[in-house]
Amino acid sequence: MTSQFVENMLQALAAGILAGAIYGLMCVGLGLIFGVMRVINFAQGDFMMLGMYAAYYLFLSFGIQALFGNVIGPYVAILLATPLLFLFGYFIHKFLISRVTGQRTVQLEGEGHFAQLILTLGVALVLQNGGLIVFGSVLASIRTPLSSSAWELGPFWGDYVSIFVNKSRGIAALFSVVAMVGLWLLIARTRLGKALRASADNPVAATYMGINIDRSYRIAFGLGAAVTAMAGGLLATNYPFHPYIGIEYVIVMYAGVVLGGMGSITGAFWGGMTIGLVQQLSTLVLPTQLQNAAIFVVFLLIIFLRPQGFFGRMVERT
Amino acid sequence: MQTLRSLGPILLAAAIYAAITLVVTNSYYQLTLTLVLVWAIFGLSWNILSGYTGLVSFGHAAFFGLGAYATALGQIYFDLSPWVLIPISVVIGGLAGVLIGLPTFRLRGHYFALAMLAYPLALLYVFEWLGYQELTLPIKRETPFAYMQFSDPRMYTMVALVMLLVVVLITRAVERSRFGMALLAIKQNEAAAEAAGINTLYWKLCSIALSGAIAGAVGAFYAVVLLVVTPPSVFGMLVSAQALTVSMFGGIGTVWGPLIGAAVLIPVSEVLHAELGAKIPGIQGVIFGLAIMAVILMAPEGVYWKVRDWWRKRHAPAPAITPTLPEHVVPFSPAPARQRRPVTGPVLLSVKGLSKSFGGLKAVQDVSFDVHEGMILGIIGPNGAGKTTLFNLLNGFLKPDAGEVMLDGKNMVGRRPHELCVAGVGRTFQVMRPFPRMSVRDNVRVGAYVRAASEEEAQRLADDAVARAGLSSVAHKVAAELTTKELRLMELARALAGKPRLLLLDETLAGLGHGEADEVVAVVQRLAREGVTIVIIEHTMQAMVRLVDHFLVLDHGAVLVDGEPEEVTRNPRVIEAYLGKKWGAAHARA
Repeated sequence: MTSQFVENMLQALAAGILAGAIYGLMCVGLGLIFGVMRVINFAQGDFMMLGMYAAYYLFLSFGIQALFGNVIGPYVAILLATPLLFLFGYFIHKFLISRVTGQRTVQLEGEGHFAQLILTLGVALVLQNGGLIVFGSVLASIRTPLSSSAWELGPFWGDYVSIFVNKSRGIAALFSVVAMVGLWLLIARTRLGKALRASADNPVAATYMGINIDRSYRIAFGLGAAVTAMAGGLLATNYPFHPYIGIEYVIVMYAGVVLGGMGSITGAFWGGMTIGLVQQLSTLVLPTQLQNAAIFVVFLLIIFLRPQGFFGRMVERT
Repeated sequence: MQTLRSLGPILLAAAIYAAITLVVTNSYYQLTLTLVLVWAIFGLSWNILSGYTGLVSFGHAAFFGLGAYATALGQIYFDLSPWVLIPISVVIGGLAGVLIGLPTFRLRGHYFALAMLAYPLALLYVFEWLGYQELTLPIKRETPFAYMQFSDPRMYTMVALVMLLVVVLITRAVERSRFGMALLAIKQNEAAAEAAGINTLYWKLCSIALSGAIAGAVGAFYAVVLLVVTPPSVFGMLVSAQALTVSMFGGIGTVWGPLIGAAVLIPVSEVLHAELGAKIPGIQGVIFGLAIMAVILMAPEGVYWKVRDWWRKRHAPAPAITPTLPEHVVPFSPAPARQRRPVTGPVLLSVKGLSKSFGGLKAVQDVSFDVHEGMILGIIGPNGAGKTTLFNLLNGFLKPDAGEVMLDGKNMVGRRPHELCVAGVGRTFQVMRPFPRMSVRDNVRVGAYVRAASEEEAQRLADDAVARAGLSSVAHKVAAELTTKELRLMELARALAGKPRLLLLDETLAGLGHGEADEVVAVVQRLAREGVTIVIIEHTMQAMVRLVDHFLVLDHGAVLVDGEPEEVTRNPRVIEAYLGKKWGAAHARA
């Protein structure tokens, strides 16, 4: 075994963990929506795109760059963009999604799943193309000096092997983990979190216990949008983006959520992490074009072998 | 004759469309006219799978793209004509359907939808990697017709129109046959369909194969029309979304849905693109999106159903009230003093040492009993005693951890529910599982297919079963409008239609008022007299004592007592299980 191979592998592993952390956060956002409400939201990738542009414009046009500088500024902008997207998601649910979910859809075909799908597809179309009109088709990026410097880990194994961790990606990954832990505390420890979990588990029973499930759903939708948008902002500090970027990531998100098991927040995070690792590690053996095909193959394999995901459980009654 | 007349609207629409095609000369609008048909066919293909079975496919682009690439590659490398390649694409699409369906049908609901999403996208990357980023079909100037390269764009529209008509005819044939009934039953309640003798996996595979074949054909045709094939344009998510959108917009589960959807949405988006695309790129997407959202908020099941409901409401005659119910209802005579029949017939069902655990919970432990031909066996026990689990083991919904279920001396463990239904085991459910949108007659017909060779025979068996259950007066009502008692009887009829030798009734009397329960009991007794062997679950003893020949009492998953009704009701252990220790002790002393 050559040290070159070990180095490549460790490097891919590091890249996978860094990408995986951001994917994980993204998936957690979708997991909230999908897990709590069982709504397939096609517009999730476009929420992420909005998060990217929100951070971008806050950074450049609202004085954050001037105030905080190029190093801290982007992260401040991302933190400010997050509540904006929460409100966006909250109102999208209030005015659109709520009309095709919940109790009133029970008598519809497939309990309204068809309607939900096509509604969110409509939202996605409007956001993508509206984005094209408003933001233009030019690639945008949030530039930070950190993205062109790296920490060196090592050298290990004598002097042969050392791993480089891009600073901006490293910070983005840390950011993701902190946000994830914060969200987990919110869900696991607070009254709001309990209400969300109850609404997810058994909406009818939750109603009897005096929980306003419509409110829970709105908040879950808003939180989901906000969390994914934050992940988008973090991604934007590393990669250029455009109004159609959402569609590229929506698949990654669903793969991650299903891998992790529906209804499990931590599961969604590890699902996203797995996707990041598969994507990066597959570059060792596969041509780059097949990177994404590898994700889908793993996704399909897991769906067949363990459809309830790593962390989920499946209950079926006759 | 009737089928011909019902084809009228479709043929008329096709004729008008052909006339419009002949008039339009602008080549861009001409292309739009062709594309409307392409997406309508693709929508119909999606509809055959997702519209009728309710399993949403996000991945129909997989079949579409395979057809398109097969045609492009076939023409480039083997110089084959599209006239040959389109049929080949049909085969490829159908095969792909079976290959994809076999593993994917293990999944349900959202999981199925998401797994389907992955296929075309994986294929997209594979075709990019293979170096087919952009394929152009070679132009054949010498023999344009042989290669489907018409100089007059109207010809493409005509070819597409013929394809569409064929697909419409196929869809209608499916809709009216046992194939369509099976799919609708699966959509409304898969477990009930399986218990009614429908091999759900088989029919789902037929459906995805047919759907994939049609999608393959239309994908191939699309490649011929556009002459250029790229992975995103045939495998992309927007392609799958197109099938979904036109069908859902127009209405799911009907031939008309995709036709309406394509006829409205495709021209709108093309015109917007042509008129405004240059000035404001993306505007057509925005307006298109808004239009979809508006329609879905106003008509969540699609335009067709909305219009139809509205039309029916306006034109529905005042419902005629028929007060002449009594003569159809089963003449109800208070249960005669039970003539206990000696339990001596040959053993039909023999259960030996049956056990099933869920995690640490032993739901059924080491249960053994025999059911003799012609008897009514009552299984009673308090809530949670394992009664329904026992039934699920008997008719194949669950696989036991240990033990045997012998029907006619053959071990049936491991058989699927529909196979048991074929073997003669019918069942009803504790939580009723009607097909709510189907009429009582159709509900029961689903159960009849397992014995019927033809549509007519199925209908005859169904009508017979409906009459035996005393439901003739409501036979044309939709199941959703029935009362609880009628639903119970309908489930009974659905099970009866398959001519079962053994009928498993799961809490058939639950939720019924006293008089209603007596009516159902009367029907059950009559069935027993007609020679059907019955096993019935209840947790109330009252009605059962009059009904059954033999009792099996379950508690905590195990057999507590096995005996004659009188003996069982006096058994202190039974009283204890039902009423608690204290009562049992008191009773024993008395």
